[in-house]
Amino acid sequence: MNLLSRRKLINKIALSLSLGAMVFGLFWLAWILFTVLKLGIGGLSPDLFVKMTPPPGTADGGLANAIAGSAMMVGLGTLIGSPVGVLVGVYLAEYGLKTPLGRVTRYVNDLLLSAPSIVIGLFVYAVVVAHTGQFSGWSGVLALALIVVPVVVRTTENMLMLVPNSLREAAFALGAPKRVVIMSIAMRAAKSGVATGILLAIARIAGETAPLLFTALSNQFWSTNLNQPLANLPVTIFRFAMSPFAEWQQLAWAGVLLITLGVLTLNIVARVFLRQDKQH
Amino acid sequence: MESVFVKTQANGALRRRKTDLGDVAFAWLTRSVAFLVLLTLAGIIVGLAFAAWPSIQKFGLSFLTTTEWNPPMERFGAVVPIYGTIVTSIIALLIAVPVSFGIALFLTELSPAWLRRPLGTAIELLAAIPSIVYGMWGLLVFAPYFSEYVQPVLAATLGKLPLLGKLFTGPQMGIGLLAAGIILAIMVIPFIASVMRDVFEVTPQMVKESAYGLGCTTWEVVWSVVLPHSKAGVVGGIMLGLGRALGETMAVTFVIGNTNMLSSASLFMPGNSITSALANEFAEAGPGLHTAALMELGLILFVITLIVLVISKMFLAGLSRGEGAK
Repeated sequence: MNLLSRRKLINKIALSLSLGAMVFGLFWLAWILFTVLKLGIGGLSPDLFVKMTPPPGTADGGLANAIAGSAMMVGLGTLIGSPVGVLVGVYLAEYGLKTPLGRVTRYVNDLLLSAPSIVIGLFVYAVVVAHTGQFSGWSGVLALALIVVPVVVRTTENMLMLVPNSLREAAFALGAPKRVVIMSIAMRAAKSGVATGILLAIARIAGETAPLLFTALSNQFWSTNLNQPLANLPVTIFRFAMSPFAEWQQLAWAGVLLITLGVLTLNIVARVFLRQDKQH
Repeated sequence: MESVFVKTQANGALRRRKTDLGDVAFAWLTRSVAFLVLLTLAGIIVGLAFAAWPSIQKFGLSFLTTTEWNPPMERFGAVVPIYGTIVTSIIALLIAVPVSFGIALFLTELSPAWLRRPLGTAIELLAAIPSIVYGMWGLLVFAPYFSEYVQPVLAATLGKLPLLGKLFTGPQMGIGLLAAGIILAIMVIPFIASVMRDVFEVTPQMVKESAYGLGCTTWEVVWSVVLPHSKAGVVGGIMLGLGRALGETMAVTFVIGNTNMLSSASLFMPGNSITSALANEFAEAGPGLHTAALMELGLILFVITLIVLVISKMFLAGLSRGEGAK
């Protein structure tokens, strides 16, 4: 075999393997989504949203308390975490671009962004739950908020960086003070990007399980008391999926379907949002 | 005339000082909130170390060399969970790195332009699926298939090899270290692939075209031009994936088998990782040494992950520097 055909052969093999890798990746996505849809749809019923999580071995039940608990914690976690994240992002992009504090904060934020979420849960357990002596919804909210912050910081900073400096200079030239330039000019120009970051943060915490295991734990009953253990979807799915009861596993699949659809929808909406923004 | 001038000047100065005050306050607000981020990192390390102190004090370094994990007898050693974490992460990288490379190659060089975005998005959606979904799917769907179709084949082929064969013997239950490693691989592929794609894309078009002009095949361009040009970024991406794999909790907890025994080298055996030990035992652990030992596990995990992430950032630093310019 001459050199040229050997090189061509190697090229063909490599490119086929590359195509194979792509198919390999898509195969898992398709398989997971297919099973989640197939097994989850069977459990979807109005009961899911109005009935409480059942005791073991009973067929009649839903996930109402878990859905409500998750919605409360994700909502509050986002409400607390997002403003903090936006302010830090503003600091990094507008004040601390080259200052030592800015650099260190940017670095540490990137570390926190990729840090294991289970460690955040342990931390909140150590500083809150261990002292109050009580698993509680608030500690779950705190853990989720801590996960929201780095996500929002990163996107806010990136989006503010995309705002052209001439826009800021124009506002300064009109005599606007810096905070007005930031909040009314730069932030307004970056607002859909910042909103995208918040959507992605919600998508991230909606499925978080590990931190809630050590903080909110779970609750079999309807409760809106954030000072008590609070039912939530991920931990309920974890308990039900690991159980030997068919009814519980069915509910867990329905819960997984809800979370997967919610998270994927948020992700796709965020992407569409961002793309439109970039085209302007 | 003169007095009017002075007056307006004074007013102007007054007004400016007022707005300055708001500005200063706003700057301080953002600065102190930024400080909060630093405080979080420090708080995590100090908080975990403090909570782990009884265990650190009692076991010292032997915590890292003891295999026994015995809550009733209050004897704790971290070898089994650390081994599980490292082995599953290595398996994950062995699978994920070549696959991610292939995906990045496909997305940057092979794919028709109109398919690039949807395919890239599809791979990124793999990363968006919550880990509990992977876990439940892994336990109830993947593991049965794995034990019925894949493990017998592995045992019959790789299991027959000398030395290496030991890794693929034993009970074919579906769950275990190997299954956990494979699920982890699927989870980290999107992270590594998207970093690789991004660093491949920054290779200057001119350099690539020069190589094509010399008659290089696509593979030769990627292997000899694009890869050397972006190897720091590639290593950074792999490290980022490793960081994810080390800290992944729910997917591993579902499929690893959760046992603190370490009886053979086989990857078919169930085991435990740091994260699965935490997820399974924490709620039942009584206050005292058991909780402290689990906290120490968490601290070890956090420190290992931070080291990996710092290495990753070192390799990726050159890339983000370009990004930082406003």
